[in-house]
Amino acid sequence: MSSSKFTRRSVLKTSAAAGAGLAMPSFFTSMARAYTNEPTGSTVTLGFNVPQTGPYADEGADELRAYELAVKHLNGEGDGGMLNTFSSDALQGNGILGKRVEYVTGDTQTRSDAARSSARGMIERDGAVMITGGSSSGVAIAVQGLCQDAGVIFMAGLTHSNDTTGKDKRANGFRHFFNAYMSGAALAPVLGNAYGNDRRAYHLTADYTWGWTQEESIVAATEALGWETVETVRTPLDATDFSSYIAPVLNSGADVLVLNHYGGNMVNSLTNAVEFGLRERMANGKQFEIVVPLYSRLMAQGAGEAVKGIFGSTNWHWSLQDEGSQAFVRSFGNEYGTPPSQAAHTCYVQTLLYADACQRAGTFNPCGVAEALEGFEFDGLGNGPTLYRAEDHQCFKDVLVVRGKENPESEFDLLEVVEQTPVDQVMYAPDHPMFAGGDLGECNPGD
Amino acid sequence: MDVILLQILNGLDKGSAYALIAMGLTLIFGTLGVVNFAHGALFMIGAFCAVTLNRIFNISFTTIDETRTDFLGNPMEVHTTYLETWLGPDLGGAIIDWSVPLSILFAIPIMVAIGVVMERGLIRHFYNRPHADQILVTFGLAIVLQEIVKHYYGANPIPTPAPDAFRSAIDFGALIGLEPNAVIYPYWRLIYFCFAAVVIAALFAFLRFTTFGMVVRAGMADRETVGLLGINIDKRFTIMFGIAAAVAGLAGVMYAPINSPNYHMGMDFLVLSFVVVVVGGMGSLTGAVAAGFLLGVLESFASMNAVKDILPGIDQIIIYLVAIVILLTRPRGLLGRKGVMEE
Repeated sequence: MSSSKFTRRSVLKTSAAAGAGLAMPSFFTSMARAYTNEPTGSTVTLGFNVPQTGPYADEGADELRAYELAVKHLNGEGDGGMLNTFSSDALQGNGILGKRVEYVTGDTQTRSDAARSSARGMIERDGAVMITGGSSSGVAIAVQGLCQDAGVIFMAGLTHSNDTTGKDKRANGFRHFFNAYMSGAALAPVLGNAYGNDRRAYHLTADYTWGWTQEESIVAATEALGWETVETVRTPLDATDFSSYIAPVLNSGADVLVLNHYGGNMVNSLTNAVEFGLRERMANGKQFEIVVPLYSRLMAQGAGEAVKGIFGSTNWHWSLQDEGSQAFVRSFGNEYGTPPSQAAHTCYVQTLLYADACQRAGTFNPCGVAEALEGFEFDGLGNGPTLYRAEDHQCFKDVLVVRGKENPESEFDLLEVVEQTPVDQVMYAPDHPMFAGGDLGECNPGD
Repeated sequence: MDVILLQILNGLDKGSAYALIAMGLTLIFGTLGVVNFAHGALFMIGAFCAVTLNRIFNISFTTIDETRTDFLGNPMEVHTTYLETWLGPDLGGAIIDWSVPLSILFAIPIMVAIGVVMERGLIRHFYNRPHADQILVTFGLAIVLQEIVKHYYGANPIPTPAPDAFRSAIDFGALIGLEPNAVIYPYWRLIYFCFAAVVIAALFAFLRFTTFGMVVRAGMADRETVGLLGINIDKRFTIMFGIAAAVAGLAGVMYAPINSPNYHMGMDFLVLSFVVVVVGGMGSLTGAVAAGFLLGVLESFASMNAVKDILPGIDQIIIYLVAIVILLTRPRGLLGRKGVMEE
């Protein structure tokens, strides 16, 4: 379950650090701290970097609610939430390593430059020892790079691009959320069962890192089923009306439209597709279908009735019946009156995992924390048994395939889980071609 | 043939929105000489009038259904609208279903009032200031308005569906003898285009055939002389500001089912509408309408795969490219008047 504190790697690192320290002039080392923002008082500060303005602001607000709840639970307030179901018992509800948890927040605006700027401010001005959050892969990759350079841990929020733990992975960065490859691997068999293996797909793809990797993943997974990819079309991220992209789909010979869109893009493209009557059409003698590979409840709320019957995948859903999910839903629901989104869940879990790693490592030193997270196996946090793989800092766990509910019973009851795909089916080698080209590098403790 | 027709149809609905917004912009510029960067926000407020009326119609009371449970396992709260209770499920449901078209009646007085208050309360103080000052203050106003909307309605798009009867699409190709399913066009977009055409025609008729319109047109041509004739042209121009605001608002109301309203939609349309005004010719109503439809259709063609394969990224820059060409070859725009912004 938990890893030993003394490994060959840690001994080597410590020896190297000690050697470098002895070789260094004493006037230089006497001023240096052991690592960036080492907490010296009775508190430790975490930095929550979420979109508070811009198109994902509602998702960011839900992330922030989850972070505040996690801080409460870490400090021993509230009902404890998932601390009661977490398989690790290192956390005792007395903060982290006996220090009360405080936090500062930043606004990513879903823009990489703004996100880096707010993260830098929280590190340099507020003394944050860890940065977490975000609702976009572009932002996650940008902030992850900054945290690597600054010598703090980055616990990614909602980021689904393969690149985050692929070609852009960093030793100081960790992702609990699933990725595009996993979506493809989980979704394809369900699509094959529902729609058959003789389909022709047309992809509309958001033109940035997440869209590209999702398109690549879904194309590979569906072509492996026997589907043919008729066309892949990139759409600008700031597009609001997709009618001119959707109209040609009807004459393309395709009988499935795959929308590699998220957030406002997905809401608008799906609404436009339904408006053009795609779902009522027959093509190639089959019912025309739409697929949204990455779903979120907040997005489903935005798209309204258009999501009914449409397949997709999700990292987590509030309707799960395991003990951890139920504890979190109860805690979050009693606090805020709504069930948590998948973004809220992953952010809450990332905070607990970071705190637990510090506690087990006995330090806030990013290198100690990273080592405690690498290869860590845990359970009780809502996704079943989960592994934080050491080679790429990606969590591996079951993936949910969901479908827009035909007869929702409430405003939150929009998606139904149709399959919980076992982790083995979505696992891949660290050097898989879709994730190749990156290098974790060495952990950077900063100062 | 069918592909060309499809893209023309696609361009018409967006072109309609451009034309309606640009017409209001150029009307304000022509009458008051003000470059109004808050005009996009008026389009957005119009869309939120539709959201608001929909919410008003959906005001409900809560009862507890002991037989069902909510996500926390508590007895389920069931919401029933007052409209359906008072008027019966059929009539009440129909009124809720038709909330977007009914929002036209709701939006007109609100938008005229907002326009008049905006003009009297803020913009009139900037008539004699440089255009840069006018742009700064109206741009600031636009940001304030969108932040207010975001505060009350949130940042996510709010689905505001068209009436159920118009949610499907028409097989336009089959109607004109083409292959079935070759040219599919949503009913609501067709309605939007017709609605825009009626509003444009009504505004032209108002300016052309009424005494009020004649005075306004005279004021646009020579404000001082009209003033010397003892006519209170300022009052008429204020009313025109209100009318321009109402036109932008109506464009927003009817656009709500096409793109779920969000607080940023005004900014998305504003820049493009300004390009439309410049291409059409500053101060020219006919130019604004013609350029609106022209650029809408060109934008639609530019997003075709066949075009993007030859010119990657053309869909993002086509409007600006056309603007550059027009301004190089016809510096006053397509139908610009001599003397406007040339002093």
